[in-house]
Amino acid sequence: MTSRNKPVVSRMDSITVLLYLLLCMIGLVAIFSVEYRSTDASYFLMNKSHMRQLIWLGISLFAGILIMFTDSKFFSSIAYLSYTICLFLLVVTIFAGVNVKGSHSWLGVGGLRFQPGEVGKIFTSLALAKFLSSPETNFATLKHRLIGAAFALIPFVLIVLQSETGLALVYLCFFFVMYREGLPHIIMIIAFSSIVLTLATLMIEKTMLLYIVTGLTIVAAVLMRKALKREVMLRVILISVWAICILFSQLIVPFTFKHVLQKHQIERIYTTVGQDVPDEYLPEAERGKARKTVSGYNVWQSKIAIGSGGFAGKGFLNGTSTKNEFVPEQNTDFIFCAIGEQFGFLGSAALVLIYLALMLRILFVAERQRSAFSRIYAYCVASILFMHFAINISMTIGLAPVIGITLPLLSYGGTSLLSFSILIFILLRLDADRQVMIR
Amino acid sequence: MSFAPAPRRYIIWSIFICISVIILGKLAYLQLIEDKYKILANDIAITRKVVYPPRGVIYDRKGKVMLYNQVVYDLMVTANDVPKNIDTALLCNILEIDKAQYETIFHRAEVRNGRLRQSVMVEQLSPKQAARVKENIYAFGGFELKERYIRTYPEKNSALILGYIGEISKSKLQTEKYAGYKQGDYIGINGLEYTYEEILRGQRGIHYLERDNYNRPTEPYRKGALDTQAVAGKSLELHLDMELQEYGEQLMSHKIGSVIAVDPKTGGILAMVSAPSYDPNLLKGKERTRNFSKLDRDAAKPLYNRAIKGTYQPGSTLKPMTALVALDEGVITPSYGFDCMGGYYNCGKRVGCTHVGGGHAANLRRALANSCNSYFVHIQRKVVDAERHGDVKQGVERWRQYFYDFGFGHPTGVDLPFESGGYLPDTGFYNRMYPFKWNSCNVMLVGMGQGEVALTPIQMVNSLCIIANKGYYYTPHLVKSIGGNENDTALKKYHEKHTVTNIPDAAYNEVALGMQDVVEFGTGKVAKLPDVAVCAKTGTVENKARVGNQIIKMKDHSVFVAFAPKDDPKIAIAVVVENAGFGATWAGPIASLMMEKYLTDSIATNRKYLEEKMFKANLVNPYIYVIDSTQRRVDRERYERRLKKQRIEDSATRSRDSILTRKWLEKHNYLGK
Repeated sequence: MTSRNKPVVSRMDSITVLLYLLLCMIGLVAIFSVEYRSTDASYFLMNKSHMRQLIWLGISLFAGILIMFTDSKFFSSIAYLSYTICLFLLVVTIFAGVNVKGSHSWLGVGGLRFQPGEVGKIFTSLALAKFLSSPETNFATLKHRLIGAAFALIPFVLIVLQSETGLALVYLCFFFVMYREGLPHIIMIIAFSSIVLTLATLMIEKTMLLYIVTGLTIVAAVLMRKALKREVMLRVILISVWAICILFSQLIVPFTFKHVLQKHQIERIYTTVGQDVPDEYLPEAERGKARKTVSGYNVWQSKIAIGSGGFAGKGFLNGTSTKNEFVPEQNTDFIFCAIGEQFGFLGSAALVLIYLALMLRILFVAERQRSAFSRIYAYCVASILFMHFAINISMTIGLAPVIGITLPLLSYGGTSLLSFSILIFILLRLDADRQVMIR
Repeated sequence: MSFAPAPRRYIIWSIFICISVIILGKLAYLQLIEDKYKILANDIAITRKVVYPPRGVIYDRKGKVMLYNQVVYDLMVTANDVPKNIDTALLCNILEIDKAQYETIFHRAEVRNGRLRQSVMVEQLSPKQAARVKENIYAFGGFELKERYIRTYPEKNSALILGYIGEISKSKLQTEKYAGYKQGDYIGINGLEYTYEEILRGQRGIHYLERDNYNRPTEPYRKGALDTQAVAGKSLELHLDMELQEYGEQLMSHKIGSVIAVDPKTGGILAMVSAPSYDPNLLKGKERTRNFSKLDRDAAKPLYNRAIKGTYQPGSTLKPMTALVALDEGVITPSYGFDCMGGYYNCGKRVGCTHVGGGHAANLRRALANSCNSYFVHIQRKVVDAERHGDVKQGVERWRQYFYDFGFGHPTGVDLPFESGGYLPDTGFYNRMYPFKWNSCNVMLVGMGQGEVALTPIQMVNSLCIIANKGYYYTPHLVKSIGGNENDTALKKYHEKHTVTNIPDAAYNEVALGMQDVVEFGTGKVAKLPDVAVCAKTGTVENKARVGNQIIKMKDHSVFVAFAPKDDPKIAIAVVVENAGFGATWAGPIASLMMEKYLTDSIATNRKYLEEKMFKANLVNPYIYVIDSTQRRVDRERYERRLKKQRIEDSATRSRDSILTRKWLEKHNYLGK
């Protein structure tokens, strides 16, 4: 209790703050390196992205200071109200959105533009935390589970309607939080497995997948051999899981693609995951032709940039791929390329570890909260970071389909930086009052 | 907190960690194991720019520039960088075109390389245009003047020696010699430009540049650490005397034939004229292709270097060589005489001799001076019939060996491409020609230079060098030094002294005396120079040409060979004027004027009339047009036959049962080889 009397700034979790600032700095350096040309007159040109990002960092830190001097109870009290306003803005955006590269997720206010979907994560986190931590909520009941899911799914649907599927997918991360708060294991397992299976079916070659699935089943059987001997049910489950996987990937998907779906539908599905349509689903005349899709080009260039970095990288400002703009969107969605190319495996692995450290630190912070609201909110923050981090890096290295979402704190972009900063600073503010019961 | 089973937080922990590990694994694969991305990254982002050094310059023996590189300017444009408000009126005014033309060429440049990359808008601006554009370049955003070198020739002579350059052809690109070249490179196609390609070309520099996704070069890769600098091509200094060359070309104007003069002491070629020739400036820059086909169609064949490719029967000019062989073989002595009564009858059919006076072949010197046919036909028989050879075949082989050593029957090895080797018959040739039996009567005409021997002018002059040097020669060549260095390895073979058999000096002296007599009181009095002992031999060569299906006798070739001074030879010369008449009438004066010009640097006033006569004479035989057109018809027919064969072959390989068809074609000899 003595700690409550200290000033709020000294009660901040310094590790989180340091990791946050470190990532912001790396981001500035990366953005600078992508746009810097040897012909530039100065390092500090205001028309360059890194200077604008610096201004946004200033704004973010200012917002952070404001948050630190706000009462911690304020956040839980405005949770539902802000969530409602946010939903309203999302609905408005569907109709009044500015068209930016095919998506309607931006709202223009005066000369400024911002993405309600990006900011919405903060308010959804607060509202979900408020709902789950409320004493009236019994998350073991189906009704409350459905309400909990609705908190995440309503913005998800609204953002999908703005044709910004990538951003919408991030909202699915709230299921991590709900899982932590009591959603049954089986839902997570089934959800995870089906996502992995679907992606694998689309991205991995058919016979190769057959071997992988069978191999994994055998490994599982060997590991659980004692239990399998005892329980008949387990054997049935194992075999049926294997059978379902095989059935899905080897028969159902090929059959549907060959006989049910039209050519343009198949193409759209494969384009979403950034792959070329395999020859077997094409009419005979079109087989064997190179059909590089736009997203295919992005991933190709991004893999070249990262792969050419080697162990120690090409050195700061020596990235030939990033400097010469071969990777599209390289200061926003594909900023990781700049790190991978210039600093090599050392740099990119270090970055991954810094992110992991930040996320695990937030999870650690979460678990030390006295109030459920703070804990759940912290889980929301960690999950959002994780979702962005995992999808963004995976897509740059060809592990996941190309969906346009940013790399937290690194990617150039005001709304993104500001909303992540607010997310983290609210967490820091709540953590500073972790002894206080917040409802 | 009530519904928070403890392990769940660890499951979330492990999901975070698992995904991170998968990402790290994939990163390790991309960055540490897979190599192809490094190569691909260099491929897409780094471009090699070849920097062409200026080609070497060529000088004559006195240091006069024969050919140099002229700077020309091309107007380049990058369409995307051209502002809308550019002053097109001024640019049109400078380029002397109207607005519509401007739009056309601008659009063409835009299409050629795309809007973002630079491409040529106007090639080779005139100096005035270039200067005006340079002055106003600030007003023309997106335009740039790019300098380029083209070969230029200050004088109009020596075209066939210097050769020309042009873009490398597709077929040459595939040969080993041009392994390092790429399309669009310029190479020497003929003449010295061809022979000394590697030396003149210099060493190309390679600059590595980064480029962006629009393929625009941005900056040097690694600040130019890997770049190599271009090394300029070395210059060539020739033995050739440009003044003499110019004079020779003037003398040979309106004639067909060639003049070649060599310094016997070094083998250096002082002048090499092939007439008709052309202005070398015709085959430079953008006009080359058009002018080339025009020259190629010319019936007088100005692109054909007769000095090294034209083969002629040497006529009487071969007689000194016959004499040398006869002396060395011991079948005659210098005092050997033959009683010629205006013809040689020993083999039945008469071989005519222009002289009837008794004693005109009383000894070797007089026979040479009077060019007695009977005498040389006779000693040729004596050479091949000499008893110690056993039979005539051995004799011919023996004789052939002498002539081969004199440089006949094979290319001399001059530093110009596509040299002909002439023709030197062997026993196999006579066996084919006279399948049943032949004897010395069948080969005797060779002794007087008619018959089966054919020489190029350069071989003629080379044999003169042997006589002048009394038994050795250096391979005739044009280049004296490379970049000032006379001992460059490329010139090593021209410093090699070729010694010809072991003919004693006495034999050479005797022949040289005979040749001196030719000038003093024999057939070549026209070549007499005051204070200089000239040795010479005239030649009047009977020749025939095929016109259509019949062979007609043409007017004689006028041939003349000479060297001077006799005891300290400084110049050896061979002149051939096709279908002109007696050797002493045309070739003689030309050779003598050339020698006078070279030895005394001027022409004596009492010989100006001769010079004038040579300048004015037009000896081009109108028959060449007939011969040329019939030859072209024959060529065209041959070409069409080959095309037809090719078509049959192609269709055969296309069809399914190609093996059977191929067999059939092979059997009927359609495929050749």
